[in-house]
Amino acid sequence: MLARRQWLFAIVALLPVLAIFAWVRLYPIEETLRMSLYQWDLISRHQPFIGLANFRELFGDKLFQTSLFNTTVIAFGTLVITVPVGMVVAGLVHYRMGARLAGFFETATFIPYVVPLVPAAMAWTWVFDARLGPLNAFLSIFGISPLSWLFDPVLSVVCVIVLCAWQAIGYAVLIYIVGYRSLPVAVFEAAKLDGASRLQTFWYVTVPLLRPITLYVSVVTLISGFNVYAQAYVLASDAQGAPGRQVRVLVLDMLENAFRNYRVGYAASEAVILLLIVLLLTLVQFSLLRERGAK
Amino acid sequence: MTLAPAETGTQEVVLGAARPAPRRFSLLNLAIDVVLVLFCVVMLLPLVFLVSNAFKTPHEMLAWPPTIIPKQPIVSNFTSVLADTPLLHWIGNSLAFAALSTVCIVVTSAVAGYVFAKFKFWSLQVIFMLFLATAIIPFEIYMIPLYFQARELHILNSIWGLLLGYLVMGFGIFLIRQNVSQSIPDELLDAARIDGASEAAIFLQVVVPLLRGALAALAVLAFFQAWTAFTWPIIVATNQNNYTAEVGLALFQTSFTVDVGRLSAASTIVLVPSIVIFTFLRKNFVRGSTTSGLKE
Repeated sequence: MLARRQWLFAIVALLPVLAIFAWVRLYPIEETLRMSLYQWDLISRHQPFIGLANFRELFGDKLFQTSLFNTTVIAFGTLVITVPVGMVVAGLVHYRMGARLAGFFETATFIPYVVPLVPAAMAWTWVFDARLGPLNAFLSIFGISPLSWLFDPVLSVVCVIVLCAWQAIGYAVLIYIVGYRSLPVAVFEAAKLDGASRLQTFWYVTVPLLRPITLYVSVVTLISGFNVYAQAYVLASDAQGAPGRQVRVLVLDMLENAFRNYRVGYAASEAVILLLIVLLLTLVQFSLLRERGAK
Repeated sequence: MTLAPAETGTQEVVLGAARPAPRRFSLLNLAIDVVLVLFCVVMLLPLVFLVSNAFKTPHEMLAWPPTIIPKQPIVSNFTSVLADTPLLHWIGNSLAFAALSTVCIVVTSAVAGYVFAKFKFWSLQVIFMLFLATAIIPFEIYMIPLYFQARELHILNSIWGLLLGYLVMGFGIFLIRQNVSQSIPDELLDAARIDGASEAAIFLQVVVPLLRGALAALAVLAFFQAWTAFTWPIIVATNQNNYTAEVGLALFQTSFTVDVGRLSAASTIVLVPSIVIFTFLRKNFVRGSTTSGLKE
């Protein structure tokens, strides 16, 4: 009787949430998968099933290849900066926990992660500006001639990576601090008794113990890196001022195919590729974690 | 008498042995503080310059090295941006969208998190696994079909269209589920049941008050998530009247001005409140993002 009453409450309470969830999550996810197999050009009523033809076309699509390449470079570039910097800075902040400046350190490192991206990107646009920007002026002190950061095909990708890493570091520090707090103290005492130096302890004890955190941070950074859009949109306008055209990323290419070229099915197949990347990264994370647990 | 010097002697030895340690430590601490302060300054410098540029005359903008505190601060960048563009209207849109989204996410997460934590029916656990599995799928992957759903409902270019993408939050449900299982014992709920309380009353009068802290943390997360949203608003709001602050600012360069002073002023107006709010709510924010994030 009691169980029955509880069951009734659970269902009645959960039903609206479930309905919303099915409507704004499950259904569109299913639609993405389904549409990727159809040729749906927004203008025509006819939507034929075309199997994997969208995907076959994607692999010959120069714009898609550029986008995939840029996005991959951005995701891994961001990762390479974010993880070491995040780990070291969080370690230092953790070490100074309780100090007078501790609150400032935390706030200052998290701010880039929480501020709205567009105004922050505006700040960086100015930093990188070829004519007015402080970066070129700073480099000129060392005799480096001005570079057009935002319009050079390679440098503009670097700029997007810097902006992404600047934001991602805040999150990495946040998570690493939690990681440091949960490390067992006894291990460090043992290391100290064995005469290990601080650097040795960090490298041989802390870094391996933080491995699950590092894995998590890496996967999250990579996934958000693969979804990069706003950063490129604001930072990388091309010479004509078209937003995001200088550094073409996957999400931009997808939105263009859907809303500019009216090829919704084709855009959905790009989304599926993105989904496969995300799933692959998550699988790698879980299997690496499990491998460690087995040992 | 004879003992006294010996005593002070040992004391000195003890102190002498102990003294170098704190000094070496404080030197190390100082070095770490210096490194961290430098790092924080570098992280914040772009934002500091942004705010400072907003107060600069076009002439001072060209100065090298760039001044942090403008020599002749002006407010004309702000006044002209506010007079010539609907920036405040966009901020209003963003606030309304973020507030509504926060309410929806807090309510749905509280209910679902509680049910998933305390009602151990296998069917519910299966549903929970489904939530868990879809929560890792980024928004960008299903936003195009969602756009067409919004179009069918005729809510494009409206706050309801924006809201459609931000009604539920997978991580919010985990956060609350986690909190309920950790902080609310079954005995408490059973005691209330024995006292004759209905399930709804237990939820509203026992569970929700105990979850205040977690719900506050979630509310902060949800608010910032909507407040900083970009991709969904830019495809849903295509009419200038319905832009959010983020979209409006991003399109500033193409539709209004490329003047750095004005762009900086507009960005500052959006940025500074976010930073102030965050500084006050940091503890909540940290609590929310660490628990929800790590429980993936």
